Amino acid sequence: MERVPILKIGGVLLVSIQIDLQDQSVLALQEDLAERISATGAHGVVIDISAVEIVDSFIGRMFATIASISRLFDADTVVVGMRPAVAITLVELGLTLGGVRTALDLERGMKILETLGRDRGRTGREAR
Amino acid sequence: MVGEAEHGHRLTELLRSNTDAVVAGWVEAVATTLRGRTTGAELERDFRELFTSLLPVASGDGRDLTGHSYAELRSLLGELSRSRARQNFSPTETASSVFALKQVVFQLVDDQDDPELFRQALAFSNLLDGLGLLTFEAYARAREEIIKEQSEQLLELTTPVVKLWEGVLAVPLVGTLDSARTQVVMEKLLEALVETGSEHAIIDITGVLAVDTQVAQHLLKTVVAARLMGAECTISGIRPQIAQTIVALGIEFGDIATKATLADALRHALRREGVEVVRQGERRAV
Repeated sequence: MERVPILKIGGVLLVSIQIDLQDQSVLALQEDLAERISATGAHGVVIDISAVEIVDSFIGRMFATIASISRLFDADTVVVGMRPAVAITLVELGLTLGGVRTALDLERGMKILETLGRDRGRTGREAR
Repeated sequence: MVGEAEHGHRLTELLRSNTDAVVAGWVEAVATTLRGRTTGAELERDFRELFTSLLPVASGDGRDLTGHSYAELRSLLGELSRSRARQNFSPTETASSVFALKQVVFQLVDDQDDPELFRQALAFSNLLDGLGLLTFEAYARAREEIIKEQSEQLLELTTPVVKLWEGVLAVPLVGTLDSARTQVVMEKLLEALVETGSEHAIIDITGVLAVDTQVAQHLLKTVVAARLMGAECTISGIRPQIAQTIVALGIEFGDIATKATLADALRHALRREGVEVVRQGERRAV
C-alpha cells in the first residue's frame, strides 16, 4: 500500500496526493495526519488534489473527515486544486463538503491559512 | 459484357460519338433550373466527368449499383451531391441534374428511329433512375451532417465565458436551458476558472426565458461545484417573472449570492476582490 507523504511548512501541514487513492491509503492518511497534527501543533492543513482525476464517495467523505479531525486539534483545512471533473462528480454525488475551505491553487490556499492564522493570533492575544 | 459494350451496344456507341452534343444539351437543361447559381463552365466540367465514367456502364441495367464497376460513378455523384447540399440547393435541383440527362438521351435516340436503340435507351433510363436515387441519398446524408455540425457549433457559440475583470469571469446565458446545455456551461465555466485562476464567476440569466426546478437545480450544482474548487459564484439578471416562478416553485438558493443585474454582480465581485470603483470627482480625501 502506498502512503501519502505529509510535509510540514511552518505551521502548515501539506498533503499532496499524487497517487491513485485506495481506501486503505485514505484510512492510513487520516491516521498519519491526526498523529502529525497532534505532534507538530500545526494550525492548518492543505490538501492538494490537483493530480487527482477520479473520486468516489469514499474519497469525497475523506475531505470532510480530515476537516473534522483537524478541527479537534484547532487546525483549519483547505482543499486546493480540485479539477472541474472532480468537482462535478462530487456535486452529483451530493457531497458539498460543508465546513471545508477550498482554493483554486496551493498559493491561494496558503494565503487563506495565513490570514486565518493571523486572525487567530490576534484573538488569542485579546483573550489572554 | 465488356465486348458487347465495346462493339455491340449501340447506345454506348451513339453516346460516345455524340459526347459533346449530349453534354452540351445536358448542361443547357440543368442550367435553366439552377438559374445562375452555378456557372455553365462548372456544370460542363462536372457533367463531362460524370458522362465519361457513365459510358462504360451504359450497357448495364443498373439493377445493382453497389457493384465494383459503378464505384467511380458512385463517388463522383456523392461528391457532386455533397457540394450541392453545402451550397443550399434543393433536393429536386440536385436530383434533376441526373434526370435531365434522360431527356437529352431520349431526344438523341428519337432522331435515329431504331427499335433496338430504343430498348437500350429504356434500360439506360432505369440506370439513371437508380443513379438519381443515389444522388438523393448522398444529398440527404450531407444535409444531416450539416445539421449535426451546426447544432454542435450552436452549443459552442451560445455559451461563451467572458472575462470581465482580473479574476472575474461571466457567462451570459441566452435562450432555453436544458440538461445538455447546462452541462456544457458548467464544464466550460469550471475549466475557465482553473485556466485563468479566477476566484469569481457571474452567471447572468437575463436572456433565459424560463426557469423551472430542473434548470434551477443545474444552476445550483454549478455554483456548488465552483465553490468546491475555491471560487465564488454569483447569479445575476433574474427577471421579475422568473423571480416569481422561483418563489412559487419553492426553490431555495440558500446562501448563494443573487443580484438583479450584471452590473450589481460585477460590483459585488470587485468588492470581494478588494477593488473599489469611484467616480473621478468623488475621490475621497486621503
